[in-house]
Amino acid sequence: MAVIRDMIPAFELFQPTSAEDAIERLIEHGDEGWVLAGGMDSFDWWKERVKRPTAVVDLANVDELRGVRVTADGVEIGAMTTLTEVAKHPELLANYSVLTDAAVQIATPQIRNRGTIAGNLAQDTRCWYYRGGWPCYRAGGNTCYASAPTAMNREHAIIGTSRCVAVSPSDSAPALIALDAQFVIQGSGGERVVDAEDFFMRPSVDIERMTILEPGELLTAIRIPSTWAGATFYYEKVEDRRAWDFALMTVASAMRISGGVIQEVRLAANGAAPYPMRLSDSERIVQGEAPSDALGRQAGEVAVQDAQPLRHNDYKVPLLSNLVRRAVRGTVA
Amino acid sequence: MELWRSALDPWGQEVLTGISWDLMWAAVIVGLGFAAAHAVWAKWLAPAESASTGGGSGAAGLPAQILRHAMSERVFHWAMSVAMLVLLVTAFLPIMGIQFAWVTIHWIAGVALTLMIVYHIVHATFVQDFWAIWVGRADIKTGMAELSHMIGRNGTEVPKAPKYPIDHKMFHHAAAVSSLAAIVTGIYMMLRIDTPSWIPVIGGPAEPYALLTEGQWGIMYIVHGVSGVALIALVITHIYFAIRPDKWWITKSMIYGFISRDKYVENFDPDLWPVPGADTAPQEEELVPAGVGASLGVGESGAPEAAPEPEDSGYGDSSSDYERASEVGGLDLGASAGAGESGAPEAAPEPEDSGYGDSSGDDGRASESGDLD
Repeated sequence: MAVIRDMIPAFELFQPTSAEDAIERLIEHGDEGWVLAGGMDSFDWWKERVKRPTAVVDLANVDELRGVRVTADGVEIGAMTTLTEVAKHPELLANYSVLTDAAVQIATPQIRNRGTIAGNLAQDTRCWYYRGGWPCYRAGGNTCYASAPTAMNREHAIIGTSRCVAVSPSDSAPALIALDAQFVIQGSGGERVVDAEDFFMRPSVDIERMTILEPGELLTAIRIPSTWAGATFYYEKVEDRRAWDFALMTVASAMRISGGVIQEVRLAANGAAPYPMRLSDSERIVQGEAPSDALGRQAGEVAVQDAQPLRHNDYKVPLLSNLVRRAVRGTVA
Repeated sequence: MELWRSALDPWGQEVLTGISWDLMWAAVIVGLGFAAAHAVWAKWLAPAESASTGGGSGAAGLPAQILRHAMSERVFHWAMSVAMLVLLVTAFLPIMGIQFAWVTIHWIAGVALTLMIVYHIVHATFVQDFWAIWVGRADIKTGMAELSHMIGRNGTEVPKAPKYPIDHKMFHHAAAVSSLAAIVTGIYMMLRIDTPSWIPVIGGPAEPYALLTEGQWGIMYIVHGVSGVALIALVITHIYFAIRPDKWWITKSMIYGFISRDKYVENFDPDLWPVPGADTAPQEEELVPAGVGASLGVGESGAPEAAPEPEDSGYGDSSSDYERASEVGGLDLGASAGAGESGAPEAAPEPEDSGYGDSSGDDGRASESGDLD
């Protein structure tokens, strides 16, 4: 009998008007609760009936989670701020353009109008074995179908894998790591603030989660410190099409260059590892040096030193190396 | 409570994926429950000590400290304990909600444990008395008597134990079966993770489909999980007995190697666990010179006599105890039996510092008996 997937399984819908209420509902339902932000990822899961939450907390009416606020120490972006708002915000365009460069390349205009910055960060992986409902590690099983010899693993990770090789699809994550952003998480234990790079879960630690968000927790805001305001930025996204596609890989950098020398630098990439990763070894190579193609090449080689490509994604090794090289070289102005 | 986890495979068939983690909590409850029940029983319900029977019971002729575990056995035990605890912690803490990168630590500890177990099997087979740890008819008889005594039949006489009492043997076998099952399945499971290529046979990149079908892999995970939770309960009970004050003397023997003469006489049958060189058969006290040198039986000729052959006890060949004893100088037969060139017995060598206090007291006691000359 054919599986009919024209209806979303029933769930209890909550539409709170405050973050506090939303968190209460999430705590109440724990593992069975689901946060609905823009809905760009959620509806796929529900229609495919792979995820079946019993309670959905829709944040559409929580106004306090929306908008970009300039603070004494930088900028705070509400979790429900749409990607279009992020891409067009004057302060972000003027001083944090690496983020607006990332936001404007996410998906399509329609999706950016609905999709939120927090949704882009916390969305689930696009690994089709996992999304197809196969009992892989990430789904609670004990097999990675994507790393099998005959698997379709062209989009999967080459570094930092631990059984699962799926990657995070977030385009904004490397930009926020480069900006040294902090994520504000609220839950039953109160508020905690984590660095952007620590928000994403390593599969070696918990193979079933993409982020460190626990059941009952909510990402409420992203804080970007003024440290990197007006710095020299670079962002590049590589995808199969020129637009409207998930990234094969992205790279972002923020640099302070003075006297022709890179004084400070933050480099990040996504699509290489199962999580958006900071390229600390490459940063050490370029810090204190004059940006150049040769330096970029050296930093790129360091970035891929631990790469272990799968059967169909070995192209990602030179891709990452070249993106890092271009990020370093691209700052030469 | 569920016993296992399953999922639908890509063909819509239900396949096993592992044990239910409810079993982990069940094992914790069983282990702690057993410890609590035993503690209550031992405190308020246990019958008085029975009049143990069997074998010679005289302390005369025995050294003050008796080697129970040679250095190699103690090092193995503690190294294995560390590996086992690391394996349990890395396996189950993440399931309990304490998240950390556990996979690499887990397989490294597993490989270490495997190497240690291989060493132990070889050592136990070719160096130690292989059969000393197996349960024989006499063990069962002793165990039944012990059980009768424990449930309140105070008149039951409990025979004294061989070197390894039946409860020790049964624990050993339960732990051995669980560990071997976990090791065999764990080695298979290493094929599914990235490991260094220099590891023979199983090293290299992950091969998720290697060797087995998905259903067979499910069984592997089930066996590995069952072994793991069984080891939780076994380790809890083992640690419980190790820290009980009335068992410290045996725990200390796993640290220092020795038990006291009194504990030996009180708990063990010298016919079943003879002390090298000691003549512990019941005999006229005044004819048995006390002290180490005396205990090694110098004959009329002045030449050292061979240690008495124990009768077949049904507990296996205990002769290898002599080999183990020779690993430490304090009980070395050749040295301590030591008839000098003149034919006169030499002074016994000092035992190693056992941690039980000043070992020079042995000499003092020997001198008091006046029989070393």
